[in-house]
Amino acid sequence: MSLDISAVRAIATLARIELGEEELAPLAGELSNILNFVEQLSEVNTDGIEPMNSVADLGLPMRADIVTDGDIADQILANAPEAAEGFFTVPKVVE
Amino acid sequence: MAYVIQGETGAWEVVIGLEVHAQVISNAKLFSGAATTFGAEPNSQVSFVDAGFPGMLPVINAVCVEQAVRTGLGLKAKINLTSVFARKNYFYADLPQGYQISQFDKPIVGEGELVLDLADGSTSTVGIERLHLEQDAGKSIHDMHPTKSFIDLNRSGVALMEIVSKPDLRSPEEAGLYLTKLRSILRYLGTCDGNMQEGSMRCDANVSVRPVGSTELRTRCEIKNVNSIRFVQQAIEYEARRHVEVYESGGDIRQETRLFDSGRGETRSMRSKEHAHDYRYFPDPDLLPLVIEQAFVDGIKAGLPELPDEKKARFMAEYGLNAYDAGVLVAEKASAEFFETVAKGRDPKLACNWVMGDFFAALNASGKTIEDPPVTAANLGAMIDLITDGTLSGRLAKDVFALMVETGKAPGVLVEERGLKQVTDTGAIEAAIDAVLAANPDKVQQVRDGKTTLLGWFVGQVMKATQGKANPALVNEMLAKKVQG
Repeated sequence: MSLDISAVRAIATLARIELGEEELAPLAGELSNILNFVEQLSEVNTDGIEPMNSVADLGLPMRADIVTDGDIADQILANAPEAAEGFFTVPKVVE
Repeated sequence: MAYVIQGETGAWEVVIGLEVHAQVISNAKLFSGAATTFGAEPNSQVSFVDAGFPGMLPVINAVCVEQAVRTGLGLKAKINLTSVFARKNYFYADLPQGYQISQFDKPIVGEGELVLDLADGSTSTVGIERLHLEQDAGKSIHDMHPTKSFIDLNRSGVALMEIVSKPDLRSPEEAGLYLTKLRSILRYLGTCDGNMQEGSMRCDANVSVRPVGSTELRTRCEIKNVNSIRFVQQAIEYEARRHVEVYESGGDIRQETRLFDSGRGETRSMRSKEHAHDYRYFPDPDLLPLVIEQAFVDGIKAGLPELPDEKKARFMAEYGLNAYDAGVLVAEKASAEFFETVAKGRDPKLACNWVMGDFFAALNASGKTIEDPPVTAANLGAMIDLITDGTLSGRLAKDVFALMVETGKAPGVLVEERGLKQVTDTGAIEAAIDAVLAANPDKVQQVRDGKTTLLGWFVGQVMKATQGKANPALVNEMLAKKVQG
């Protein structure tokens, strides 16, 4: 499997990564190499084998429906680049 | 009747599928121990998990799973004993993780159905495609500052059920009925409060059109987050017309996300969602597959309440109500209970007429709720007993009902206090009739000459003379005898 330049550009946009035009072609090559490397796994026959979700035979742990957290607005906002009146504030995003 | 848009090139039908986001009723969030109550101080109900802090791990809330299964059973849907959580990736200011934990190809609930109660009393079945569990995002507030948006993460991580219908709906009316019925079922089940104003039930509508008779599915547009049933209907109506106009002028519809501007009554493209259909889902590595036991599902099934469809069928069979009346009464659990209290041991048709008529009118006029009604079910029932035993005529009962609304007193007390008891004493009625006849000899003659329609006027005069207390049946009978006899 290989990625072309337009696929790399689309992925960069989705990931909000700014790339120069000159970076696209080398990245397409590198990413294709990674995909091809992983693709070797498809040589193994996995017919009838359940996907292994965990090395230990565990179920999904659950919590009881009890309020045990919250009331820490100051800590939640402590590292915010900007905050006001208990809210995070960001450049206006509205249409 | 089929909903058809008459275009210049022919008739078009609309194809609608609805995605409803229903907030799960639970104390804590889907994957954290923070509270879910509405209207708290900003960011006061946020844990490090909900704020997407590094290193935090989600742990699923067992009750949210139970609520999703309960809702699935209420929609007669297949419950998937194994389901998988996936990450839906997108960037937005109120999504601190950079992804929403949702379910993609293995949802907890599969196909089901929902029955619409149409206006003519008939029903129609709409397919449910799936129901999955996912996290809600935070809330962005845009009107607190000229250049900033304010973000409150209290809602971030609250459990939602996304309930997706099949594209089986064919008119704005059907879409409205679907939402009404879904809300009713959710409320009966106690899995979502269905409050669209507070955003605990939100709707996205997928709309496309096609020429009548065609079975193709054309490109659809998704109208996001419409917050009332009426607006959903308006948005669909506008969007379907837009599609017809585009096609008829030779254009093509582009698949896109649109928003509904309720002020202008129109939809418009949301440019920010241009890449919204590329969410790059993948199984969330923080969460193992969710595996539940059949016994767990069976236990929930055994505890399901009687749902609107079953209740409606029972009201029709047990009380002899028609489909329309039964449908209205069961729409809210509380109104169904109110009716059953009134009807218990009484004439159900009479009980139905009073509940659907004067009682609902008084309820609307008073602005009260069925939980705190203007007249209690016990008092309304007692009043019906007074009609049945002849103490009150239908007309007097209306007066007593109005007094019950006004004073909150029991009907027996009001009848005593105000002397509203129906007069069945023939002597008293006869005296009233004689007085009316004596005062109107010319009209008496007209009746005798064959103008029998005037009898009704005489009945009215006698009722007036007795302040409405005379038994109308007796008055009719005695009048006829006296005038014509």
